[in-house]
Amino acid sequence: MNWQLSISSIPDLLQGAILTIELTAVAVSSGTIIGLLMAMCRLSKRKFLSVPSAVYVDFFRGTPLLVQLLLIGYGAPQVLNFQAPDNWFYIASIIALALNSGAYITEIFRAGIQSIDRGQSEAARSLGMSQTQSMLYVILPQAVKRVIPPLGNEFIAMLKDSSLVSVLAIQELLLSGKIIVGRTYQPFPVYIMVALIYLVMTFIISRFVNYTERRFAKNDIR
Amino acid sequence: MISVKNLHKYFGKLEVLKGVDAQIAEKEVVVVIGPSGSGKSTFLRCLNKLEEATSGEIIIDGIPLNDNATNINMIRREVGMVFQRFNLFPHKTALKNIELAPIKVRGQGRQEAEQKARELLRKVGLEDKADVYPDQLSGGQQQRVAIARALAMHPKIMLFDEPTSALDPEMVGEVLTVMKNLAREGMTMVVVTHEMGFAREVGDRVLFMDEGIIVEEGSPEEIFSNPKNPRTQSFLSKIL
Ligand SMILES: Nc1ncnc2c1ncn2[C@@H]1O[C@H](COP(=O)(O)OP(=O)(O)O)[C@@H](O)[C@H]1O
Ligand SMILES: [Mg+2]
Repeated sequence: MNWQLSISSIPDLLQGAILTIELTAVAVSSGTIIGLLMAMCRLSKRKFLSVPSAVYVDFFRGTPLLVQLLLIGYGAPQVLNFQAPDNWFYIASIIALALNSGAYITEIFRAGIQSIDRGQSEAARSLGMSQTQSMLYVILPQAVKRVIPPLGNEFIAMLKDSSLVSVLAIQELLLSGKIIVGRTYQPFPVYIMVALIYLVMTFIISRFVNYTERRFAKNDIR
Repeated sequence: MISVKNLHKYFGKLEVLKGVDAQIAEKEVVVVIGPSGSGKSTFLRCLNKLEEATSGEIIIDGIPLNDNATNINMIRREVGMVFQRFNLFPHKTALKNIELAPIKVRGQGRQEAEQKARELLRKVGLEDKADVYPDQLSGGQQQRVAIARALAMHPKIMLFDEPTSALDPEMVGEVLTVMKNLAREGMTMVVVTHEMGFAREVGDRVLFMDEGIIVEEGSPEEIFSNPKNPRTQSFLSKIL
């Protein structure tokens, strides 16, 4: 096996890995904001908020991310009839990843909020707090702690799934590898290195998630 | 202070309150007793609209609850509630539990709120527990903090839903003492409880509820020593 090639491909692959991390970080952090808002909508008694949120979640969890990427990357400029800017595929990738992770994170927040005892919001409301105040000062601070481990898992899932944006010619980790393979016709030494780099990244993140989980478990609900 | 007329409450098809009428005067301490499932909690929760009445009229301090123009948060500030399961905020210390609503709802300054919260902790005998989280407090202590938390909003009325039922027997007394002091200070109180000693000592009136209606009411003396309705008699014979 050509270990030499594996080693020499590292700099290019790391360049791609940086883009992978960037895409994932942007997607999951926007997805967190989307997910928080959508979870609020989802739990609202008002139908005009809860129904669109449910449709959003069902659509993005019920269709393949690959299809979503193609739909937004190629479909959106056509149907919305706009001149795609030069970096459109990059923008489209971020939009698709953010919307996709937003849908999963909506469910994470919804479950987190619903896991808080009803007595908590009743106590808050009985003190004269509005629904928003009760959510902000009583429910969310407790829910956030329960949400951190699944959010970490979502980050890991998104890190791996972001490899799909190579279909939009975004040169993240996987596509960086593909390009080297195209040049050298040596798939194994290159792809094994790609896999190793993903593994190292997910390993580090999952350790970090475990650590925060344990820290929160220690002073349980606080 | 509180006027309830022909209050009906359904949960789906289940009729839980079947026409409750009650008048509660300022500074009155009313004790509600009755078998489990008779609708006592539901009645109490309708008084601050944690449950919405299906029909009937509830007027608190001159303000009708079921009027859409009524801002329910304004009413709830005036009506404190103490729950069977305390419902303290577990992520906040005792002091912060008490301060939260005065700061966020009444717009009190932090210093003022903290000072008032410490006064209230002293009042319920827990001044040394200000910085302790609820999970490090005993049940009785948690319930006393919960009472202080409700009092911090300066309510005109306090509702208690079986405040001592979740407590170990040795902790019942400390909570009742706080409630008795409150009653003597002239707080208007509606208390669901089976603590007959409390009812006799500070209760002005006892309501006996069964199957969603108030079957009998009268002074503690009348109800406990000389109940007229057979359902009251049978209930009291079981618990006394
Ligand atoms: N949220 C609810 N949904 C459906 N049924 C309820 C609800 N809350 C109470 N009930 C029912 O209403 C009846 C009266 O309950 P409750 O007011 O809690 O009685 P009590 O406090 O006297 O024990 C019970 O049969 C109970 O099962
Ligand atoms: Mg009850």
